[in-house]
Amino acid sequence: MLRENQRHFKFDWITIILFLLLLAFGYLNIMSASHVGEITSYFDTDQLYGKHLIFIGLTFFLIIIILSFEAKFYEQFASIIYLVAMLALIGLFIFGKDVNGARSWYGVGSMTIQPSEFAKFATALAVAKYISDLQTNMTTIKDQLRVAAIIFVPALLILLQNDAGSTIVYLAFFFVFYREGLQQIYLVIALSLIILAVLGLKFGVIITAIVVTTILTVVYFIRKKKRGSLLQYLIVLLVSVAFSYGVKLFYEHGLKAHQQNRISLWLRLEKDPAKLERMKKAEAYNLIQSEQAISSGGVSGKGFMQGTRTTGKFVPEQHTDYIFSTVGEEWGFLGTSAVVLLFVLLIVRVLYLAEGQKSQFSRVYGYSVASILFIHFTINIGMVMGLIPTVGIPLPFFSYGGSGLWGFTILLFIFVKLDSNKINEW
Amino acid sequence: MRKLLLLTTVILVGLVFIARLFYLQVYDNTVYNIFEDNAIRKEYNYPKRGYVYDRNGKLLVANQPSYDVMVIPREVTPLDSLEIEEFCSLLKITREDYDKKLERATHYSPRLPSPFVPQLSKKDYAVLQEKMRKYEGFYIQKRSLRSYQTTIGANVLGDISEVNRSIISKHPYYKLGDLIGNQGIEKTYENILRGVKGIKFIQKDRFNKNIGPFKGGVLDTLPQPGKDITITIDSNLQAYGELLMQHKRGGIIAIEPGTGEILAMISAPSYNPNLLVGRDRSKNFSQLYRDSIAKPLFDRGLQAMYPPGSPFKTLNALVALQEGVVTPEERFSCAMGYRYGNRKMACHAHRSPVNLNAGVAQSCNAYFANVYRRVIDKYDTPAEGMDVWSNHIKSFGLGDYLNNDLSVGQPGKIPSAQTYDRGYGKNRWGTTYTISNSIGQGEVLATPIQLANMAAAIGNRGYYYTPHIVKNIEGDTIPEKYTTPKYTTIDKRHFEPVVQGMFDVYNEGTASMLRVPGIDICGKTGTAENFTIIDSVKTQLTDHSIFVAFAPKDNPKIAMAVFVENGYFGSRFAGRIASLMIEQYLKGETTRKDMENFVLKYSLEHEYEKPYSGEPFGINRQSTLDPVSEEEYQNLLKLRAKIPKS
Repeated sequence: MLRENQRHFKFDWITIILFLLLLAFGYLNIMSASHVGEITSYFDTDQLYGKHLIFIGLTFFLIIIILSFEAKFYEQFASIIYLVAMLALIGLFIFGKDVNGARSWYGVGSMTIQPSEFAKFATALAVAKYISDLQTNMTTIKDQLRVAAIIFVPALLILLQNDAGSTIVYLAFFFVFYREGLQQIYLVIALSLIILAVLGLKFGVIITAIVVTTILTVVYFIRKKKRGSLLQYLIVLLVSVAFSYGVKLFYEHGLKAHQQNRISLWLRLEKDPAKLERMKKAEAYNLIQSEQAISSGGVSGKGFMQGTRTTGKFVPEQHTDYIFSTVGEEWGFLGTSAVVLLFVLLIVRVLYLAEGQKSQFSRVYGYSVASILFIHFTINIGMVMGLIPTVGIPLPFFSYGGSGLWGFTILLFIFVKLDSNKINEW
Repeated sequence: MRKLLLLTTVILVGLVFIARLFYLQVYDNTVYNIFEDNAIRKEYNYPKRGYVYDRNGKLLVANQPSYDVMVIPREVTPLDSLEIEEFCSLLKITREDYDKKLERATHYSPRLPSPFVPQLSKKDYAVLQEKMRKYEGFYIQKRSLRSYQTTIGANVLGDISEVNRSIISKHPYYKLGDLIGNQGIEKTYENILRGVKGIKFIQKDRFNKNIGPFKGGVLDTLPQPGKDITITIDSNLQAYGELLMQHKRGGIIAIEPGTGEILAMISAPSYNPNLLVGRDRSKNFSQLYRDSIAKPLFDRGLQAMYPPGSPFKTLNALVALQEGVVTPEERFSCAMGYRYGNRKMACHAHRSPVNLNAGVAQSCNAYFANVYRRVIDKYDTPAEGMDVWSNHIKSFGLGDYLNNDLSVGQPGKIPSAQTYDRGYGKNRWGTTYTISNSIGQGEVLATPIQLANMAAAIGNRGYYYTPHIVKNIEGDTIPEKYTTPKYTTIDKRHFEPVVQGMFDVYNEGTASMLRVPGIDICGKTGTAENFTIIDSVKTQLTDHSIFVAFAPKDNPKIAMAVFVENGYFGSRFAGRIASLMIEQYLKGETTRKDMENFVLKYSLEHEYEKPYSGEPFGINRQSTLDPVSEEEYQNLLKLRAKIPKS
């Protein structure tokens, strides 16, 4: 009995409180963004916010179930859970339902379930399981390829279902791999590729070539001892230019029109004012409305349920991906910075706990949780404020939707459970 | 090191986000203005503009509904050219107009409403109303326009016009397309007549659909109707005066001395106030505005500054009596003028010597040159004397704005020592330099309303009420400054001889031919030389005909000043008109039909054409009387018959 009680107290209450705060504040904003007509009751299930309240209720049920399993269960069953999740994703191609052009939903009566939201924690479990295996060495190409395959499978499946946004989330695992021993050179290459891509799109291949040549020349003269042959430099230059040209080709021919437009708007590539004006009314409409809603909130906002743009439903999808604009309009700078702070605290807290784990499985899983939350947080809020191109993914614990909420809750609370168990792991 | 990558990235992203939010919400955030918020539709409800009645309760100005097509450019959905064609034909505009108007509105503001086609006719409105739904971004705003129940008093009543951008930036109450008083009482009593428009804030959704009142309507306001105003004008007298001034230019002001109420305020030429209503307003207004010769928008009763001439002599007589430099009995001789140094101020033929009474009655220049000189020379220096004189004159409301409720005015000019110090240098001038002031020429300038007020002050024997146009405001009192008498610096006892002199102007003096049976009128003729510049040569024109009068002699009911431009001597036109109007006002009809027919019959238009004819012309003695056509004369007589007896 005593041991049971001790275990309960080992749950990290800071994480749980941060989670509850985000959940509660998210609910208030969903209420504002989704209500139609007068609000008669907080539990009006005819309205979207009433439905979300049911999702929240079920979340607590889910938490209890997650916490009641033995911590070992998750490690032992990681592969099976992963397998089930992958099957669920594959099943979409046969039984799935199209919503907004993406085939990522199962319809169960009036309810819909999005398996990709659950694939995240499953993948995290599988990655943790594989990396924590004693025989795995992340510095070897072989293991790097295998672990890459674990994330590549769900990423590919989701991409094929036309949900590019959710695919990008799997980039989060890069942080995990890097933490677990991936060589520095990957980081350098990854950053270089991002810079090359942006440079090539924004300024063209010729300027990119000039910049790369300049940098290489400088590097050549600085590195007096280990210069290497000129041929190496030439290869780097050629590969860089080829890559940036490839990105340009891909941007022009490989992307769908709406994706192309989003990037064009982000990098301000469009020069034709007439076309830009048209884009502002079409592709950029959401972004402009959301930015206007946020900035109209000022320091302290217009007040709960008082946002004129929120009430007028000026921002499409405001209760889901654009929920942060509601915070901006109704709660102002105080509200938005509080939400940013809550997320940063939650992620840092999970990171801190992950570093403190004794088992590598728990640590890798915790790291995955932090990374996934971080990617969602960065992309969603960055997009709503126009800092990065539009990518439709939800804000964890905040956006409307059952699958998303449950997926993130499971993701987080498996870690809470693992963390609570560290005392018993000797 | 590896542990730190994600941690630092998280914190960095957090900081970047907060910086961006700070920029969006705090740094870049202009104060929230509900009027700029396109999520909130503002619906205005314009109140009834106050009616205007004349002193006898006759309705002069009422309202009529008007419908403006307004546009909010950003909400306009692109129409195909066929739809535009249809819309244009409904609005009775061309396709080019459509593009131009839309561009102009967009240029002003894509978010705020601009008038697209103002003031539709009722018929066009009825047709359009049905189809308005089809044209998103356009809507019909109901307003109220003026409806004049009269054709007279354009300068008194004024008009309302669309606000311009400089007004909007100064007075945020007004939005583009709103109407504001532009001239006359519409301008001075704008805030009272206008009322306060009501506003409804309506929450819109992104499809521009109304989804209910914003904040449950707590910010909404109801319109407050404008208050009715009764003005002091007697519309019959006004109509009569305007009729008499047909084919002439000039200004007439009639005041009730006991109250300062303006009974008539005529500026000729005038125009029909109905010209400034409706869709042709701007065309008509610019036509009136551009007429730089007849200047119909220039209110000659209020704005024209003339040398007052002989009527001003009455004040010099009063000042001399007050200063004790002359007695009413003392006589001065006049040998066809007044000699000073080696110069002479000419006078006309009359008996000599003259005392005060005869001086006024015969308008003797020499008499007034003498007494004026005595006033100034009473003091040690001319400067001192000049200032004493100046203060006396100014106490009659001359030389400064009257500060009343008329939308325009001029201060006139009364010189002081400073005036001459500036012109000649300190102590470098003497009394004779200023001698023309004694006969109302020289540096003296006055507007007709100032002279009418002067006549009222003389009739009142020493005080006046600021002349004003408002008699009654619905549910309100008129400002105290119009009910408080202003005293002149002249003692009451000095007025009687001067009043007697003005009475004798009618009995035996320069206006003896203008006598009206049964009414004791006191008056004073005047003639003012005037000049224009033709081909850069200063050229004299026929004198202005001036007359100042009040009646009856005791407890006067009406005081007036009449200026007829280039009407020659005072009794010729101005005197006749003044006598006729006094009779009309006091008796309700006129008996001196000979005078009336003379005034109606003779036009001065040929005088006004002279400077533009390009040919040499004669003035004063060489100017002939020119009758209007027989047809026009009959027409004027018919109009005369229509003016009711008061």
